[in-house]
Amino acid sequence: MSFIPHTTQDVADMLSVIGANHIDDLFDEIPAALVAGSLAGVPPALSEMEVGRLMSERAALDGRPLCFIGAGAYEHHIPAPVWSIATRGEFYSAYTPYQAEASQGTLQVIYEYQSMMCALTGMEVSNASLYDGASALAEACLTAVRAQRTSNSRRILLPRTVNPTYTAVARAIAGNQNVLLEPVDFDRVQGRTLLDALRPYEGSDCAAVVVQQPNYFGMLEDVDALVDWAHANGMLVIAVVNPLSLAVLKPPGEWGTPTAAKRGADIVCGEGQPLGVPLASGGPYFGFMTTRMQYVRQMPGRIVGRTVDADGREGFTLTLQAREQHIRRSKANSNICTNQGLTVTAATIYLSLLGADGLARVAEASMARTRELVSALTAVRGVHEVFTGAVFHEAVLGFDRPIAPLLAALAQRGIQGGLDLSERFPELGHSLLVCATETKTSEDIARYARAVDELQNPAALTRGAA
Amino acid sequence: MSDKLPDDLHYTRSHEWVRTLPSGEVEVGVTDHAQEALGDLVFVEVPEVGRRVAAGEACAVVESVKAASDIYSPVAGVVTAHNAALAGTPELLNQAPYGAGWLLRIAVEGNDAAAGLLDAAGYAAYLAETSN
Repeated sequence: MSFIPHTTQDVADMLSVIGANHIDDLFDEIPAALVAGSLAGVPPALSEMEVGRLMSERAALDGRPLCFIGAGAYEHHIPAPVWSIATRGEFYSAYTPYQAEASQGTLQVIYEYQSMMCALTGMEVSNASLYDGASALAEACLTAVRAQRTSNSRRILLPRTVNPTYTAVARAIAGNQNVLLEPVDFDRVQGRTLLDALRPYEGSDCAAVVVQQPNYFGMLEDVDALVDWAHANGMLVIAVVNPLSLAVLKPPGEWGTPTAAKRGADIVCGEGQPLGVPLASGGPYFGFMTTRMQYVRQMPGRIVGRTVDADGREGFTLTLQAREQHIRRSKANSNICTNQGLTVTAATIYLSLLGADGLARVAEASMARTRELVSALTAVRGVHEVFTGAVFHEAVLGFDRPIAPLLAALAQRGIQGGLDLSERFPELGHSLLVCATETKTSEDIARYARAVDELQNPAALTRGAA
Repeated sequence: MSDKLPDDLHYTRSHEWVRTLPSGEVEVGVTDHAQEALGDLVFVEVPEVGRRVAAGEACAVVESVKAASDIYSPVAGVVTAHNAALAGTPELLNQAPYGAGWLLRIAVEGNDAAAGLLDAAGYAAYLAETSN
């Protein structure tokens, strides 16, 4: 992006053109009572050199730990061209361009992104993205309540196998719009949502059921059975998916028995971070949402469409904006929706570079690494797999003692061992959610397992020394 | 303008019209004034049959290229029919707002469907008043 400096003279010239005396005049419509008079607590400006040094020092505090934490955000290799292209000046904007005549490139990228998300999820329409996976679920719940035409129900079944952070955000956003999110328990052996837990809701008036695949514990839900059950009971299905997993798993658009009267999820959402977006301490990421054409007007956010100009040439433009907040105000489908232009651009480039085969290789490598990790760790005395069944690239491990001290000790050795589930899921005992993606080598996994062994069984230290 | 206002209908200040059918149900649509203000419609969303609506409740949405507007039920009752033709041909509402462009029919709950509604003269006066 070009750097355009302003001299004092430049600023004075610009002010004189618009008839302002001082730059503060441009803000004089802000009531004086709202202006913060004092910047107490904000330190004086640092020079570029000082800022650089400060940031390097802070970054060094993080070290470069081996990360085995997943739980919704995943470390994947990002090919160098992804961000090299995404940060070109032409793309480097966080905002959706409203002016089609000036933004064809960005609009086309978003259009390609939407097409890719539709292909991955097996759905008909995609919006241009949302904030993140958690807010995407909240928006999906609101969309489902609007889209559910056979009932006015604002009740949605939300299994406990859905990412608890997403659940908390959905409660904060949709809960405050009178959407009732009803928790559904999971099976303690299989770590997934069984029809038995849904049976009490048979024939009850619910708008939708949420199904996360793979679920928060990394387990594969029986999505066909859950979708058939939901549709048989007149409920819509909201799928929450890891887009990477769709390279190897059945797309939500095909969930359910092929012979069922209605097949597939109705709304699909999730977190786009695994597609070329760095962990970056938690964001910015992007959320995605796709659905069926019949629900397109209930979907929040903006959509880019392909059209032709007055001369019949192909062009791209924002479409179906009539229910966005700049037009519908308080009655908009969403008043928090935005799109994440920059991270979506990166994801589109990532998907283009990898292609379907490349994406499948990343997914398969991650699954293989996780299998390797689970075998290595469960070989350690006192460590076991909590659930039985198929996983994608995450698993829950049980320990015979509290997790927190173990994680602290591992951190001392430069290893982020996983996410402690003990507090959120006390019924699982001392449990740890672990993940290994394609970024981990066999040596990394062996190092982690060795460290756990030494910490769990101090005698191993002497064994190692002998 | 007033010559376009059918005398046999009742009207709301939010520009819906109400026609009492021989069956006792009422038919609801939007006025010619409203369709003209909205411009060319591209989508009309009508409620499912069987839905219970309260008087003043948003029960349908009409969408033009630039705006989507709520239609408010003039009466309380249960939706008995909706105009399915609007799904494929929303322009009917522009072309024949008092006829083929009707939106929904409601079995009214309560005695007087016309209570609180304007007659043609009243609506014409209201339009004249608000256009100033």
